[in-house]
Amino acid sequence: MDVRDAHYSVGGRAIFSGLSLQAIKGQITAVMGPSGTGKTTLLRLITAQIHAQAGQVHVFGENLATLNSRQTFAMRRRMGMLFQNSALLTDMDVFENVAFPLREHTDLPEALIRNLVLTKLNAVGLRGAAQLMPEELSGGMARRVALARAVVMDPELLIYDEPFVGLDPIALGVILRLIQEMNQALGITSIIVSHDVHELASIAQRSYLMAAGTIVAAGSPQELAASDLPIVRQFMSGAPDGPAPFHYPAPDLASQFLPRAASGVVA
Amino acid sequence: MTTAVVNDGFVLRSLTRIGRVTIFLMHMLAQCGRVLARPGLVVNQIYNAGGRSLVIIMLSGLFTGMVLALLGFTLLQRFGSEDALGFAAALALLKELGPVLTALLFAGRAGTALTSEIGLMRATDQLTAMQMMAVDPLRYVAAPRFLGGLIAMPLLTAVYDVVGLFGAHAVGVRMMGVDNGSFWSQMQSSVDFKDVKEGIVKSVVFGFVCSLIAVYEGYHAEPTAEGVGLATTRTVVASSVLTLLLDYMLTAAFI
Repeated sequence: MDVRDAHYSVGGRAIFSGLSLQAIKGQITAVMGPSGTGKTTLLRLITAQIHAQAGQVHVFGENLATLNSRQTFAMRRRMGMLFQNSALLTDMDVFENVAFPLREHTDLPEALIRNLVLTKLNAVGLRGAAQLMPEELSGGMARRVALARAVVMDPELLIYDEPFVGLDPIALGVILRLIQEMNQALGITSIIVSHDVHELASIAQRSYLMAAGTIVAAGSPQELAASDLPIVRQFMSGAPDGPAPFHYPAPDLASQFLPRAASGVVA
Repeated sequence: MTTAVVNDGFVLRSLTRIGRVTIFLMHMLAQCGRVLARPGLVVNQIYNAGGRSLVIIMLSGLFTGMVLALLGFTLLQRFGSEDALGFAAALALLKELGPVLTALLFAGRAGTALTSEIGLMRATDQLTAMQMMAVDPLRYVAAPRFLGGLIAMPLLTAVYDVVGLFGAHAVGVRMMGVDNGSFWSQMQSSVDFKDVKEGIVKSVVFGFVCSLIAVYEGYHAEPTAEGVGLATTRTVVASSVLTLLLDYMLTAAFI
């Protein structure tokens, strides 16, 4: 995956202004950044849900802007995506959710589909939950089912959108281990978008830090941790104020809290 | 000047909306062939839109027929022609009340269910997840629901008409004392196939419009609780108004 000098704006507000980053085959690449910097929009960009208004996005060597709808769907068959809210289909049980891509894209016999689905569910520790409905699952379990569904077609590229949000320490550890296993055992190229610095540092081979619509730092997690850039230091240390301001732009305090004093009226 | 601008804005918005709905319909129709190759998807939606609406349709049909018999009997008695009650009830149900009231009930029951279901799928990223699994939601979600509604509406209308006639019979014959033989024979001799055809055409047109609106609004709902609520409201309002408007146009065309 290769993003080159991408520009994208919505309603005149620039989301990306000259964004460039690469994910190397077989590696885990982390994209970090404060909330609202466009991390999820980046995922929409590299999955061809939206297109860059300038610059290029290449996935599997193909320029996404040149693909028609059929080619886009063909490209997506080679990737899997884990959504922040799992996005399980609520009218199907766990088994059918994982079997869904197989039923849609293959003519495999039912016995083989059953074996494949149970194998993937076993890998995420939920073979016994195959008959449960999505609303019966905890957040961590739903995330693991979504992971099983994302890998059931054996994708070459796996994209994770905030995979650690809202998980308890046990579920977090399980998801971290699974991401690592998917990468090491199956050789799947992984892109993780998150703001969980410490979790990413333990599994990512290369990290990017996004801010103000562009990449402000890149390197191994250790290199980012040692960076002198103020924005990187603020993000890695979790300081509330700095180049990324704590306060959203607002009028000065006196004009809002003391309107009479500000207008020169004395009590 | 202001009025002209407002009117221009309204006209432009309306044309834009019609254009969007038409493009959506074309995309959806392009998927219908592949959907029909998997009848299970459509049968499920016929059950959801039709089967689950049966009770409300039957109850409404029964009461409509009963009221029709009461009013019809009172009116016809003044002219000494109460034997024509069966004919009058059948004509009113087959040509007007059956298709129109079924469509209004469909919009309120099945239409809102379709819109909110698809809208919630949008809000919870289920449609995006399908796209990411290289499955077109238009094919898997929208087209089967559209076809299900389109097929269910004429069937529901037929049920409504039949139950309505039994309601009219119960009140007219058993309560008001109209002759049983006259009730059915007048109906049999006076109702033409043209009358039945008018009802069928109307129910198909209403099914097409109500299902299209419900699916379109759900598919394009803002992915928020308020957005889904607004889309559901738009479904009921647009379906009801268009049903009544089209009913007038079709009735005029059949005269």
